[in-house]
Amino acid sequence: MDKDKNNKKDKDDAEEKNLPGRKDDDAAGKDIPERKDDSSIIDDVTSGDYKYGFVTDVDTEVIPVGLSEDVVRLISKKKNEPEWLLEFRLKAYRHWLTMTPPKWGHLDMPDIDFQAISYYAAPVKKDGPKDLDEIDPEVLKTFDRLGIPLQEQKMLSGMAVDAVMDSVSVKTTHREALAEKGIIFCSISEAVKDYPDLVKKYLGSVVSYKDNFYAALNSAVFSDGSFVYIPKGVRCPMELSTYFRINAAGTGQFERTLIVADDDSYVSYLEGCTAPMRDENQLHAAIVEIVVEERAEVKYSTVQNWYAGDAEGRGGVYNLVTKRGLCRGDYSKLSWTQVETGSAITWKYPSCVLAGRGSSGEFYSVAVTRNHQQADTGTKMIHLAPDTRSTIVSKGISAGHSENSYRGLVKVTPAAERARNHTQCDSLLLGSNCGAHTFPYVDVMNQSAVVEHEATTSKISEEQLFYCNQRGIPTEEAVGLIVNGYAKEVMNKLPMEFAVEAQRLLQITLEGSVG
Amino acid sequence: MSDEILLEVKDLRARVEEKEILKGINLTIRPGEVHAIMGPNGSGKSTLSSVLAGNPAFTVTGGSADFHGVDLLALSPEDRSHEGLFLSFQYPVEIPGVSMVNFMRAAVNAKREYFNEPPMSASDFLKLMRQKRAVVELDNKLASRSVNEGFSGGEKKRNEIFQMAVLEPRLAILDETDSGLDIDALRVVAGGVNKLKTDRNATIVITHYQRLLDYIKPDFVHVLYKGRIVKTGGPDLALELEERGYDWIKEEEDNKHREE
Repeated sequence: MDKDKNNKKDKDDAEEKNLPGRKDDDAAGKDIPERKDDSSIIDDVTSGDYKYGFVTDVDTEVIPVGLSEDVVRLISKKKNEPEWLLEFRLKAYRHWLTMTPPKWGHLDMPDIDFQAISYYAAPVKKDGPKDLDEIDPEVLKTFDRLGIPLQEQKMLSGMAVDAVMDSVSVKTTHREALAEKGIIFCSISEAVKDYPDLVKKYLGSVVSYKDNFYAALNSAVFSDGSFVYIPKGVRCPMELSTYFRINAAGTGQFERTLIVADDDSYVSYLEGCTAPMRDENQLHAAIVEIVVEERAEVKYSTVQNWYAGDAEGRGGVYNLVTKRGLCRGDYSKLSWTQVETGSAITWKYPSCVLAGRGSSGEFYSVAVTRNHQQADTGTKMIHLAPDTRSTIVSKGISAGHSENSYRGLVKVTPAAERARNHTQCDSLLLGSNCGAHTFPYVDVMNQSAVVEHEATTSKISEEQLFYCNQRGIPTEEAVGLIVNGYAKEVMNKLPMEFAVEAQRLLQITLEGSVG
Repeated sequence: MSDEILLEVKDLRARVEEKEILKGINLTIRPGEVHAIMGPNGSGKSTLSSVLAGNPAFTVTGGSADFHGVDLLALSPEDRSHEGLFLSFQYPVEIPGVSMVNFMRAAVNAKREYFNEPPMSASDFLKLMRQKRAVVELDNKLASRSVNEGFSGGEKKRNEIFQMAVLEPRLAILDETDSGLDIDALRVVAGGVNKLKTDRNATIVITHYQRLLDYIKPDFVHVLYKGRIVKTGGPDLALELEERGYDWIKEEEDNKHREE
C-alpha cells in the first residue's frame, strides 16, 4: 500500500487509539482500497469485509433531528425551492401524518422513531464558497476510494456520474458532452431551478405522494437525486449513473430520481450505493420515477450494496424504496435489473405500469441475504393495454440466518387483450438456518392473457462442491462460481461496467457462507 | 518404469456412515504404470477412488497413503488435486451457468496459486484450452457450455478426459469411465488417455469390463472384493475374469475366510 496516500488524519487517529505499530504504520488506513491489482482483488475476496465501511472526515451540516412542517419548510428553504415545490412537500407531509408504516412484508423490523432522524445533511466546504464548482478534497477522495473518480482527468470515459453524498449532489460528470445532444443529466435540485416545467410535469406523476407511507415521507423531505431527460429520437451515447453515498451519522437519505425518455429515445442508467459501517440503523427511503414515451427504451440497473449490518445483525441500512416506471407510450420498454447484496432490510418492488399498447416490462433480480439480513423484494407488472408483455426473473440467494422473500404482482386488467407474462422465480439456499419465501400474486381479468409462473428451490450440493474441490477449486471459490452461474441470467443483463463488479460482489458477499 | 514410488497405499480402511467399506487396501504404483482395478458390484472400487480423492462423504478409519512423499490423507481435496491427483468421475456433476472456460480457468489458476505462480494470462489460457480440446476431439461449443449441463453420457466422459489433459496430473483415477459409452466414444476417450500417458505419470483404471482394457493396456490387474484386493496379476487376469466372471474368486475368498 502506498503509505504517502494515507492522509494525516488517519495517522493521528492511529496514534490516539494506541494502535500497535510505528508512526508510519498504516493500520488505520488498512481498509483503504488502493489500485485494484490482482493481488488486492484476492485479498478482497478472502477477507470478505465490507470495504466501503469507512467514514469521511468532512464538515457536515446536519439539521436537528425530528420532522415537522417547519423542518419541511427548512429543507425547501435550504434548497431555495420555488413555492410549488414547497406546496408539494407540505401536501405530502400532511398526508404522511395520516398514514402508518406497512406491515405486510415478511420482515421483522423494529418500529422506526421518525423523530430521531435528521432529515438533511450536507457536506460543507471548509474554505467557504470560493468557487461553486470546487469540491471538498475529502469528498473527492471519498468517491475515489469508491472507484468513482470525479476529477476531469480521471473520469470514467463511458459513463456519466451524478455523485450524491448524504443529502446533496456533489458533482455530475460529462454534462457538457451530453448537453450537445440535448440530454439533460443533473441533480434534481438543479433541475428544479433550470427546468421547472419538466420537473413540475413529471414529478409525482408515476409515484404519487399518496402511494405509500415511505413514498409520502420521501415526497415531503426528499433531498437530492438525479434528473434525466432524453429528447425525442436520441440514443444516449453513454451510461448514466448515480452513486449514492450515506456518510453522516443519525441521518436518513431520501433521494429522488426522475427519468424521462421521450419518443424513440434510449438510455441505460446505473445506480450504485454504499454507506459506512455504523452500529445504529440508517434509513434510506428513495423514490425512482421513470416515464417512457412512445417506442422509447429505458434500462435501469442497480447494484445495491448499502451496509448490511454486522454478523450479529447490529446496524445496517433499512432500504425502503419505491421504484416505478410508466410505459406510457405505445411499444415502449422498461427493464429493471437489480443486484441486491447490502442493507439490513430491503423492501422494494421496482414495477412497470404498461399503459402503452404493445409496451413491455422486464424485471431481473438477484437478491443475496446472509447473516441476519432480510429482503422482501420483487416487482409489480400492471398490464393496462393490449399486447403488453412482461418478464420476471428473480433469483434469491439466502445464507446464514437471513430471510429472503420474493413478492410479485402480475395484474392484467380487462383492457389488456393478449397480455403475456412469464415469471421465473428461483431460490438458492446456502446452509440450513436461512429462509426463502415466494409470494406471487396473480390477478388476471382478461381471458386472452397468458400468465406463467415457474418456481424452484435448490441447494448447492455436496457433489458439486466436491467436484470443484477435486479440480483444485477451494470451496469458497467454488461457491462463488456456482452462485455466479446461478445468477448468470440476471448478471448478463447488467452493463459491462457493472457486471464485473457485481460478480466480484457476489463472491465477497458470500464469503464464509458455507461450511 | 522406475524404482520410484508414486503412490503407496497401506492397509487403507474407510467407512461411509457406519458401514466399513474398505477393509485394508494395499497398493503400490510406480510412474509409468497403468493399474486396472476390477471387481463385482459393491466391492468398494468407487469408494477407493473417492477416498483417495478426499471425498468428505467417506471417513478414513486407518492406514496410510503416501503420494510422492506427501501424506495424501492429510491434504484437502483441492490440495490433493494440486499435488497431481485427478479423478475422472463415474457421474460427472452438472454446474448450471458456469462455463467450462470459467471453471477450468479457476482450476488452473488455483493450482498456479498453490505453487506461487501468477495467474495465467487470458490468451495463454485460451491457447491451452484449444490445444487440450484436440486430445479428446471436444469441439469449441462444448467448451463454452456450462459444466456438464445437457451433455450426453459420452460428452461428459470426454469432458472429464479433457480436464485431465488440462491439469496434467501425476496420477489419474478413471472411475468407470467406460460406463455408458458406445464403442466410438470409448475409442476417443481411451485414445485421449493413451495420448496423455508419459513415463512420469500413472493411471488407475476402475472398470467392470475387459472392453476398456483392450484400449488402455494395464500393467497390473487387481481384483477388489469385500473391501480388499484379493488377487493381483497381469493383463491376462482381466481376460480370465471376462471369461469366468467373478464367482470363482468370490468362492476362493469366502472359503478362505471360512477356513480361518
